[in-house]
Amino acid sequence: MNRSITATVNGEKVSTEVEPRLLLVHFIRERLRLTGTHIGCDTSHCGACTVLLDGVPVKSCTVLAVQADGRQLTTVEAIGAGQLHPIQKAFKEEHGLQCGFCTPGMMLSSFALLADNPDPTEEEIRWALSGNICRCTGYMNIVKAVRSAAVQMKQAAAVPAGAVAGS
Amino acid sequence: MLPAPFDYHAPETTEETLALLDQLGDEGKVLAGGQSLIPMLKLRFASPGHLIDINRVQGLDFLDERDATLRIGPLFRHKAAERSSLLASRYPVMAEAARQVADPIIRNRGTIGGSLAHADPAGDWGSVMLAMDAEFVLRSKGGSRNVKARDFFSGPFGTTLQPNELLAEIHIPATRGRSGGAYMKLERKVGDFATVGVAVHLQMDDGKVRSAGIGLTAVGPQNIKAEKAEAALRGQALDDATIKEAAALAAAAADPTSDQRGSVEYKRNVVRVFTERGLKRARDRAREGARG
Repeated sequence: MNRSITATVNGEKVSTEVEPRLLLVHFIRERLRLTGTHIGCDTSHCGACTVLLDGVPVKSCTVLAVQADGRQLTTVEAIGAGQLHPIQKAFKEEHGLQCGFCTPGMMLSSFALLADNPDPTEEEIRWALSGNICRCTGYMNIVKAVRSAAVQMKQAAAVPAGAVAGS
Repeated sequence: MLPAPFDYHAPETTEETLALLDQLGDEGKVLAGGQSLIPMLKLRFASPGHLIDINRVQGLDFLDERDATLRIGPLFRHKAAERSSLLASRYPVMAEAARQVADPIIRNRGTIGGSLAHADPAGDWGSVMLAMDAEFVLRSKGGSRNVKARDFFSGPFGTTLQPNELLAEIHIPATRGRSGGAYMKLERKVGDFATVGVAVHLQMDDGKVRSAGIGLTAVGPQNIKAEKAEAALRGQALDDATIKEAAALAAAAADPTSDQRGSVEYKRNVVRVFTERGLKRARDRAREGARG
């Protein structure tokens, strides 16, 4: 029996009917056509399908779409919103991606990490990203990118709004 | 991969949950964190007709300590355990196990109660509960019964939990005085199941062991309580010779199989080494003061 759900996806309310067995990742990719979220292993190991459910990283291949009813979903499409987010910019500048397949998941885990801990050490970054696998093994640059994003976000937060324009 | 079709229920109270379990019997399955159950559904290892999602029941994610008992609710997630200052200061075996379960994203959703009900012999929490002499409150529509962790597990993925019952609470004797613990885990990579895990929990009195708990992960058809090793420690001062003897007894209690993670001999030896290291670590922690 189908169930009606209403979720806020990247800030917009979405109401629809889903079959209970529909996985969140299929709902996001096939129903909402938000294909930035990738399916990697499909067995809860790789983290390519990571999205934020009420701000918390989850593997969307291991959550049912019906469980998103009444919740907030954030996918990689939302973190830039018109221009590159400092995390995206840092991944670009520090070569934090090679093939790019793990990148959306890596960035969402990084996003949640920096929201929780704005100044993480290298070890804390590695710990926080340990559920996301990069099969290009580009971890060095991914970690560098997250450190760089932390520094940039800290600097941006330290500059009062309007200060740059007024100087 | 897509699970087989099922009906989905999202009760909002425990009573409603118990009524559904009662009504659905064998066909009903409780969904907590889902980090084991959903993969099982996808692989079609399980295909229940009905899922009862308890995530919308308020107040099931508790951790509190009162009346000399640590109480844990069925929606208390691994991440909350990892972050709990109470567990870090007073229950180090739990704090250490929490941060070694699966990976951080899985820990955001997975629950201790769900992991116990799933009863994977390679699951970490079963050993911790055996070491801590935990008791589980199993509620059904008709009533409630308490089952000790040592009587709960019954072979691979098997428990004495009945289809109409909910693992409603975990009760652990509160630590008092000097206590210490450790969880040692060998894994090939982050997120892998344990090759071997050993949980150690000690309660000390005047420099001697009042009670010792040792649980073994992934070295038998279910989590194993190393009772002979525990008995050998009771009443003893923890000198190195006593620890060595207990470690040998724990290794003898292990019943591993050879697989791609290692041979029988190798795993048994890791149990011995981990029990020795874990006991030393727990002893040092008890001496440093983890005081209740």
